[in-house]
Amino acid sequence: MEELIEKIVMTFLTTVRDVAPIGVLLIFFQTFVLKTPVPNLKKVIVGFIYVISGLALFLIGLEQALFPLGDLMAKQLTDPAFITGGRGTEGQFIEWWQYYWVYIFAAAIGFSTTVAEPSLIAVSIKANETSGGALKPWGLRIAVAVGVAVSIALGAFRIVTGTSLAYYMMAGYLIVIVQTIFAPKMIVPLAYDSGGVTTSTVTVPLVTALGLGLASTVPGRSPLVDGFGLIALASLFPMITVMGYAQISQYIQSRKERIAL
Amino acid sequence: MQQFYKTLVDALRDLAPIVGVVLFFQLIVLQQPFPEPMKIAGGMIAVVIGLALFIQGLELSLFPLGENMAGALVRKGSVPWLIIFSFALGFGTTVAEPALIAVSQEAARITASAGMIEATDDAQSSYAFGLRMTVAISVGVAIIVGVLRIIKGWPLQYIIIGGYLMIVVLTQFAPESIIGVAYDSGGVTTSTITVPLVTALGIGLSTVIKGRNPMIDGFGLIALASLFPIGFVLMYGIII
Repeated sequence: MEELIEKIVMTFLTTVRDVAPIGVLLIFFQTFVLKTPVPNLKKVIVGFIYVISGLALFLIGLEQALFPLGDLMAKQLTDPAFITGGRGTEGQFIEWWQYYWVYIFAAAIGFSTTVAEPSLIAVSIKANETSGGALKPWGLRIAVAVGVAVSIALGAFRIVTGTSLAYYMMAGYLIVIVQTIFAPKMIVPLAYDSGGVTTSTVTVPLVTALGLGLASTVPGRSPLVDGFGLIALASLFPMITVMGYAQISQYIQSRKERIAL
Repeated sequence: MQQFYKTLVDALRDLAPIVGVVLFFQLIVLQQPFPEPMKIAGGMIAVVIGLALFIQGLELSLFPLGENMAGALVRKGSVPWLIIFSFALGFGTTVAEPALIAVSQEAARITASAGMIEATDDAQSSYAFGLRMTVAISVGVAIIVGVLRIIKGWPLQYIIIGGYLMIVVLTQFAPESIIGVAYDSGGVTTSTITVPLVTALGIGLSTVIKGRNPMIDGFGLIALASLFPIGFVLMYGIII
């Protein structure tokens, strides 16, 4: 109990420290440069209190519930004894496809944590407002989540097979460049942004646990060299799926119009 | 109050997939009991309430503040102040980021064990500090570039694709031990509080400045803030 209280206090302090530079910067600019008071100051202060306490609660809950569990599950799923169904003898070679539960878990956890990512929710609210309601927040979030799911599963496959991260990144960049040429111009900047927002509070710790678990149990991999890379892929693929989402919606729209004519 | 109730329901819906995935794998695939089920249930309740409060607070504070600052700075009509603000925002929110501090210390250890720098505490902590400053400065510069882009209406894709090409080239020359850290540093810079504020700033600017379309010009700051640190850290690795 004492430990929990200490953790709660620490998390609150860390969150306050995260917000402090923004607060100082905004106050400095409002008072000395703009020389105007903040409109609706009371509302803003209440909002800040919500943001700080909400984020702190969110982080404490994750640390209590989700992270230890995710860590444990990653360890159990990547355990050679589980993968061979307990029948495997010591030192037996495991084929890459025998890790299928790992890939499914990787995709499922990538998808579900991205849907709950607070910064992605924030961006999708803004995108909805800015597009005048044309971009549904759920459409965007699901497109990004699918991208993260694919990238984490692919990243797990890469660790298992030991192929070079560079090939995946180059192929991904190439697709991004080609899509940029053909995708509707409106979506491109938003698609680029969605690469950056996915790698935030919820996804990173769980995905890192999975990567480290895999890299330390697959023979011939080192956690130091192969453990990373999941995050790099997870910031690349959402760009592809978000642009793809826009391209598909545009295609369906134009077909409908053609049929109507 | 009713508003909060709706946000709470949304938060429950947002977290349902995670609960589903965890239940499915723990009970059906792994067939293991839950360790400490009460602690996990309590944690999940905290997560739901926390997420709802955070989203509620966004609409009250970070969103209007970001847009309001953008509007006020444009009305003041001073590009230098806008640039100073952009840099301070990027630098200030990154330099104290706990994830960044952890990553840079880890990087110093790896580099020391690879024999690139002396394995003394002094050498390691100065390397870690240099790395932290490099990332923070790069985010500051990224926001400046992004804001200038909005003012001038430069197309984002050329900057981003050019940046990627530069990273590909730099990767060839950078020492092996820094590459992983460099790619990771792009991810740690965009924290949950920075993202909404920076997004609101970009959209605010492109709404106020004539001839800019918020959809085309407003987004992109986050993309730049995740791209620049990779290049800057690779260069840091090459120079040191």
